[in-house]
Amino acid sequence: MKAKTADKIATAVIIAVSGLIVLVLAGLLGYILIRGVGHISFDFLTSPPETIRIGGGIGPQLFNSIFLLVLTMIITIPIGLGAGIYMSEYAPANRITNFIRLIVEVLSSVPSIIVGLFGLLVLVNMFNFGFSLFSGALALTVFNLPLMVRITEQGLKGVPREQKEASLALGLTKWKTITSVMLPISMPVVLTGTILAAGRVFGEAAALLFTAGMSSPRLDFTNWNPLSPFSPLNPFRPAETLAVHIWKINSEGLAPDASQIAAGASAVLVITVLLFNFGARWLGRYMYRKFTAIK
Amino acid sequence: MAQSFDRQKAKPHIAEEWVGKIVTLLCIALLIITIFSIVYFVASKGLSTFFKNNVNPIDLLTGLKWSPEGEPPFFGALPFIFGSFSTSILAALIAAPLGFCASVFMVEISPKFGRRYLQPVIELLAGIPSVVYGFVGLSVIVPFFRDVFPGQGIGIAAGALVLSIMILPTITTIATDALAALPKGLKEGSYALGSTRWQTIYRIVLPTTLPSLMTGIVLGIARAFGEALAVQMVIGNAPHIPRSLFESASTLTSAITLSMGNTAMGSLANNALWSLALILMLMTFVFVFIVRFLEGRSKL
Repeated sequence: MKAKTADKIATAVIIAVSGLIVLVLAGLLGYILIRGVGHISFDFLTSPPETIRIGGGIGPQLFNSIFLLVLTMIITIPIGLGAGIYMSEYAPANRITNFIRLIVEVLSSVPSIIVGLFGLLVLVNMFNFGFSLFSGALALTVFNLPLMVRITEQGLKGVPREQKEASLALGLTKWKTITSVMLPISMPVVLTGTILAAGRVFGEAAALLFTAGMSSPRLDFTNWNPLSPFSPLNPFRPAETLAVHIWKINSEGLAPDASQIAAGASAVLVITVLLFNFGARWLGRYMYRKFTAIK
Repeated sequence: MAQSFDRQKAKPHIAEEWVGKIVTLLCIALLIITIFSIVYFVASKGLSTFFKNNVNPIDLLTGLKWSPEGEPPFFGALPFIFGSFSTSILAALIAAPLGFCASVFMVEISPKFGRRYLQPVIELLAGIPSVVYGFVGLSVIVPFFRDVFPGQGIGIAAGALVLSIMILPTITTIATDALAALPKGLKEGSYALGSTRWQTIYRIVLPTTLPSLMTGIVLGIARAFGEALAVQMVIGNAPHIPRSLFESASTLTSAITLSMGNTAMGSLANNALWSLALILMLMTFVFVFIVRFLEGRSKL
């Protein structure tokens, strides 16, 4: 009888705690969206920020975030795929490989602020890229590579052995097997993981403070010459992203409507991350259905 | 004739094979070079405080006063170290029971409901950017603490609470995997002996999965330890050890975030910040090794 009472109490506590977690997320999302969505308008999304006056927007920041995301993924995806393929298919099972695995694990747990400091020292000062989108993209690549490697490895490990062996038995080289048999099969896993990694890039701020910088020049959105310092497409200009902007106006915002702007910008950020999340899930399921012909 | 034809045809394939192998090897080499250069550059900058500026490392680790611009300057980083440890351990103390309950719910009590609702919720929590956590902490938790407890609301308690929500997904995911991987026979044996679900959970499930649960907690602490902006926004940033949980404090990350941009590269004050970064990095390595050790034990 006593054991049964304890069981009931414990079950109730566990269910209550689980409910609490769902409530916390619901409250968190609800708070951000309710406070922020009212502030989102076309004008807010496209106009430049104001320093001391009311009515500033987040146009350049939003553009910077998207541009930086694209730049980062252009660099991260090939290197990450390559490193993942090596680790999963070519690396011999020996001590050196184990050591490499340890190193990748260490790199994945290095705090993002350290990656940012490394970027400041090496990319910004030593290689003289300055506070720029390019430095930011490279720092985020460092920060995202271990994840990309793990995703690729996971995807390739999930390929049925029979399929790989059939391809090899038909006389295809290992490389051909990887690129034309294994990668397409692992595509759903790799793509889903990549989109989730992209969402992480979109929200990252600590690694960007000292690499992409905390300011943005007055961008001229009619100037599409990538070499001009005022062109939005120039990768060697400083660029404050949306996440950095939220941090900055919260800690030193002078505009009278700073907290509304922060709320609006947070809502935009969260909505984007949610879109990435749901998009990744949907795409993963869709591709899985397409490739395996399961209804 | 046939042989030479084969060879001609095979050549580009073999070349391709080699190119593929070498290119992928270069990718992984790039990764290794990156991590070694991170360690090298952070260490060389962080150690120059001791070698070039002759600051005593013991003073840095145990000193209580941090005033790099003062005359004479003081470099006591103990308040930051204390802040980092107290926020991240407190965060883990809050998040660990929550995460354990959530994973028990998902694996033992209601897998269907758990997979359907709780798991997406946990994954979404993991996806929310840290600045958004900081913003919510600043506009909800801090005012709440200010009303309920004495003090300004900012401080270690606010930081720990924000961090605990941030590390909850890490702890829960690893705990869930560990519980799900438990051999069925163990649980069934316990049920067959007549024990209730709770008895099975805390007599069988909890002890056998403990190393994995600890792995999750250590990874959570590691993440909390390295988190910069969310903590910096709610902790207050006063460079001394607070007397209560609701008093302004600092962490290693918040000190670096706040001052790195305001000091000249190569100056003593700047080098001291790099020493803080070095401590942060070394702690990360310690966490990785603890995790490795725990993972090794869970296989036994």
